[in-house]
Amino acid sequence: MNPPIVEVKNITKVYSLASGDVVALDDLSLTIEDGEFVAIMGPSGSGKSTLMNQLGCLDVPTRGRLLIAGTDVRTLNDHDLTRLRLSTLGYIFQRYNLIPLLTAYENVEYPYILKNRKQDDTGHVGELLESVGITRKMARHRPAELSGGQQQRVAIARALVNEPKILICDEPTGNLDTKTGLQIMKMLTELNENGNTIIMVTHNPETAGYADRTIVIRDGRIVT
Amino acid sequence: MKTPKIFSDVLLTLSARSIRLNMLRSILSALGITIGVIAISAMGMLGANMTSVVSAQMSSMGNTMTVTPYTGGGGGGPPGMGSSDDDSYITEDQYDDIYQIASKYGTVYPLYSESDTITTKNDEEGRATIYGLEADDMQAVLTVDNGTFPRSESDVLVGTQLAERQDLEIGSKIKIGDEDEGQIKVRVSGILAETGLSSSLRTDSAIVMTEDLYTSFYGGEGEYTQVTILLDDINNSEVVSNALTGKLNKREDVISVSDSSSMASRITSSISTMVTFMQAIAAISLLVAAVSIFNVMMMSVTERISEIGILRSIGTQKDEVMKMFVYEASIIGLIGSSAGVILSFVVGYIVVAMLVGDTSYFFEWNSMMYLPIGMVIGTTICIVTGLYPAWRAANMDPVEALRAD
Repeated sequence: MNPPIVEVKNITKVYSLASGDVVALDDLSLTIEDGEFVAIMGPSGSGKSTLMNQLGCLDVPTRGRLLIAGTDVRTLNDHDLTRLRLSTLGYIFQRYNLIPLLTAYENVEYPYILKNRKQDDTGHVGELLESVGITRKMARHRPAELSGGQQQRVAIARALVNEPKILICDEPTGNLDTKTGLQIMKMLTELNENGNTIIMVTHNPETAGYADRTIVIRDGRIVT
Repeated sequence: MKTPKIFSDVLLTLSARSIRLNMLRSILSALGITIGVIAISAMGMLGANMTSVVSAQMSSMGNTMTVTPYTGGGGGGPPGMGSSDDDSYITEDQYDDIYQIASKYGTVYPLYSESDTITTKNDEEGRATIYGLEADDMQAVLTVDNGTFPRSESDVLVGTQLAERQDLEIGSKIKIGDEDEGQIKVRVSGILAETGLSSSLRTDSAIVMTEDLYTSFYGGEGEYTQVTILLDDINNSEVVSNALTGKLNKREDVISVSDSSSMASRITSSISTMVTFMQAIAAISLLVAAVSIFNVMMMSVTERISEIGILRSIGTQKDEVMKMFVYEASIIGLIGSSAGVILSFVVGYIVVAMLVGDTSYFFEWNSMMYLPIGMVIGTTICIVTGLYPAWRAANMDPVEALRAD
């Protein structure tokens, strides 16, 4: 059996504020196996966003060990952390977060260029877009000219372009209508079936139902 | 790691698109740089052309050195305007020394001068400078426009302005001197060509007579008012000046040597002071432009916080984000400065034509060099003012940035 893709050991995250320290994550431990589909739930303020930021390598824990694909992220500097985000992780956000200045195609190609230092001449970007249901014609448009569902598809293609080990999804259906949300969840399930590890934050129990396992967080600790 | 060109293009594309998205704002700040560059280049060109024109004018008189008796301190009035101190003169011996030293560098001639009352026909009185020169020197130094050099004992030459003022023509009679102290009657044999201000001997309002006539009337033969040296090569002025003072002023100061090239350099330096002042004002306009670029870049960063968050979260390095904003400032700077350089060329030409009135030096390098200088200054200012906003963008916390609307 493969070693776990994510290993969280007793991590604590403390925010120092003027009004005093806030403990967002309190001695939390968690293991996610390669190929798992995990949903993280919890009320607002529970620390689930903080946990996602740690798992997504956007932030590092104050104490504890956090291994992503075998690397302890606390030992990494900003440059290497950024490098890890680029090639090991894929992000899907609630608000799609496409770059408004780039077309749909360029948005997907952007991380590819960052990683490979050259433009895509393999047709990889085009194929990916096609596979998430974005036609060539649509791909020439700027994000603002696309519907929410289309933007989220582009965002999924972007997340997949560097073949990440882990997909980090932050409320992926939060801004979509039920029907479009269903399509996106179906797409994520398919990706999981093809071997992608997916970690998803949601507050919607129905969406969480697609996951193999649901972790509930409250006050910076895992409840179940 | 060195970034390949094709990769830079993505960041450049983002910068260029951001500029295009905020076209008006970007154009306005580029315009600030344009105006600043025009101001600084046009002022520089104006100064360079002024200096060239003036020094060309000065160099025609720059080859003249004047040796006068040492009068202690100060001194330095223009030659021939006669200090009334009758005691100070250059002796024959001193003249011989001067001639010995300076004759190999150019023409040396002694000069007598006096200011006196003159009376022309109809008993009109006036004053004029009277010069006495040896006949040979007269022919070498002066040009007669009308008439001939003196042929008889009492013949004199008059300057054009004097001739005009006193209504003199060839053959006119002039009485020189005060009625009470004795007068001499002379005849105009020729009218001198106009010399203007840039001549070694300004004769426009003077009467020039031979040494014999001069000394027979005023006396003091061999007691010269000054000695003039017309150098063949202006660069020898210092050598000659040092040799003269070294020889004649060995024991005590008996002569002063004035060199019109030093006046030229004084004028040039006062022009450059003026130009520096004007450029300082132009620099203020560039400073204002810099503040506006800074403001535009800060706005661009603030507006794009969430975009910066996205870029950082999907794996864009800090220095790449920084580069993107520096590119943006550089593009604005380059566009602004390029427009500035093109317009400077036009504006500079007009300003030089209007204020200097002579554009013959406009295309020379020391005038043209202000175009690239202006361009470099303009672009540099843009990049420098773009650095801090870019640094701020690069060092934003991606989590915070993502949260921003």
